[in-house]
Amino acid sequence: MTDFILGHYAYWAIIFLLVLGLYGMVFKKNLAKKLIGMTIFQVAIIMFYVASAVKWAATVPVLDPAIGAVDAAKYISPLQHCLMLTAIVVGVATSGVAFSLVISIYRRYKTLDESILLERMKSS
Amino acid sequence: MIMQNSPALVPLLLLAAAISIPVLAIKKTGVAYLAALAASLGSVVISAYNALRVWESGPLTYHFGGWNPPIGIEYVLDPLSVFVALVVNVVAFIVLCHAGGLKEREIPGKSVPYYALVLLLLCGANGMILTGDLFNLYVFLEIFSLACYGLIGIGEKQAPIASFRYLIMGTVGASFYLLGLGFIYIVTGSLNMADVRNILPHVYGNPAVTTGLALIVIGMGIKMAIFPLHGWLPDAYTYAPSTSSALIAPIGTKVAAYVILRVLFFVFDVKFVSQTLPVTDLIGWLAAIGILFGSVMAMAQNEMKRMLAYSSIAQIGYIGLGIGLANPLGFIGAVLHILNHAFMKGALFLVAANLRKNAGHSDISKLDASYRKKLPWSMAAFTLAALSMIGLPPTAGFFSKWYLALGAIDKGNWVFLGVILLSSLLNAVYFFRILEKVYLGTPSAQGAEGAPSPKSNKGEGFVAGEEEYALMIPAVVLSFSLLLLGLLNANIVKGVIQRIIPLGM
Repeated sequence: MTDFILGHYAYWAIIFLLVLGLYGMVFKKNLAKKLIGMTIFQVAIIMFYVASAVKWAATVPVLDPAIGAVDAAKYISPLQHCLMLTAIVVGVATSGVAFSLVISIYRRYKTLDESILLERMKSS
Repeated sequence: MIMQNSPALVPLLLLAAAISIPVLAIKKTGVAYLAALAASLGSVVISAYNALRVWESGPLTYHFGGWNPPIGIEYVLDPLSVFVALVVNVVAFIVLCHAGGLKEREIPGKSVPYYALVLLLLCGANGMILTGDLFNLYVFLEIFSLACYGLIGIGEKQAPIASFRYLIMGTVGASFYLLGLGFIYIVTGSLNMADVRNILPHVYGNPAVTTGLALIVIGMGIKMAIFPLHGWLPDAYTYAPSTSSALIAPIGTKVAAYVILRVLFFVFDVKFVSQTLPVTDLIGWLAAIGILFGSVMAMAQNEMKRMLAYSSIAQIGYIGLGIGLANPLGFIGAVLHILNHAFMKGALFLVAANLRKNAGHSDISKLDASYRKKLPWSMAAFTLAALSMIGLPPTAGFFSKWYLALGAIDKGNWVFLGVILLSSLLNAVYFFRILEKVYLGTPSAQGAEGAPSPKSNKGEGFVAGEEEYALMIPAVVLSFSLLLLGLLNANIVKGVIQRIIPLGM
């Protein structure tokens, strides 16, 4: 049991981050704080992929003449890192769109508080 | 050369056009619309050509950069994907034809970025449909979603808030998909759909596969707006510019539904998702609740676009119901409803746009008998699409419900059958409410129900030029093609959809 808990410490941290991100998105009233939650959530998933690529006693995926190309177990898998490069770019683009929406909301309603926004949205 | 590369051409053409529109339109902003129209027409032509090729010679694949799968990214054009791609492109082209007449009113001064975003949206949708790689699908999903957020946020005063809420929920959905994909990848070591399908039978007992599947279904369920996850949809459709709602309502949720179909039945095994794990049952029951919920909420709305948005939640439920049945008849019903609902909702949203443009509002309580003279053709299009939504026999909407009902009987699920029948009645209530105001307003009204007769109005009330052709024709084309789709449904089902039914169903 202890082995199970200690052996998966990276995953516990990721689960904590996922829950933290969801909490921020659901319970925070300020739109900017919701965005922070969203970013934490995305970063947790990126870390999940990177954690899944970890391999003991292996090296970076660049051909090393001393090891050779025969034994793939001596190199870590580069694919997760490459995928996450794309996911990071997607995350940055999403934050960009989200911030431009937040700016546009603030210009129109002069507030970022969700409950006030919902009231003003109905009255207008 | 073109022959060989045609599978990859549609997304590439749309992407290239989306990038070049801001450059082309530096001097004259009018160029943007024409370029978007041309690119959309091109995508229709190429996807029709691809569909023909798939029909004659079976599935096509395209390997990007010459890398063979499972290492490289692959496009797979099988009957299901070319069918959905063709539907999406045709509806998008018709809606874009309509968009020209609205741009001064709804998006003044923003037409250049707007049409670039429209093409990005279509690029994302086509990419999601054609790709055979699960991670590539995620990337196109995000392209699609980001374009959606922009297209919605450009609208009325409340639009950025609606768009922001959609963004938060949509990002959670896409992230859930990505997380689920991570679980599948850790177990199978592959991202290629065909490859994953071959590996999965060896690892079905692994809890990580179950978790991954659940996360993917929840994530795409948010995008598809299946019942408890629909919260973003009504506001987004209501406050978006009319062209955006007419584009996103027929395409957006359908593409997500297509991904669920693809993942459940073509990556996973039919038996696994319907018997080992009750995934399809769960989707079916949620969809059944969603159908009733959407229909009842639609009855309570006074704004036409909002009513149509709630009715979208109900209609998405039909597709979910077909998935939930997980038998051939249910599958036929679901795929046929993807086609039918794209045309119906497109037509209805275009009519709502015409109302906003001509009458300045789309408020149901303000409609009266004068509208059948002011907008005779739009109202005729509305009537036909409404009858199809209700499911009266000669129109297309009847047949998808028919197959769903047969599927429910086949499975012995009487509750689903009851839901289908009850929701048709509810649909009738909220559509006849409008038809009654428009066609039964004065004692002398002719052509009351079932047979709206624009001809009878033509003699006395129709003044040429009162309805702009550019706005009227697309709506009429979409809704009259419902009649055509209804009459040809046997050919569509026998010739097309029966070839799509997944193995083992």
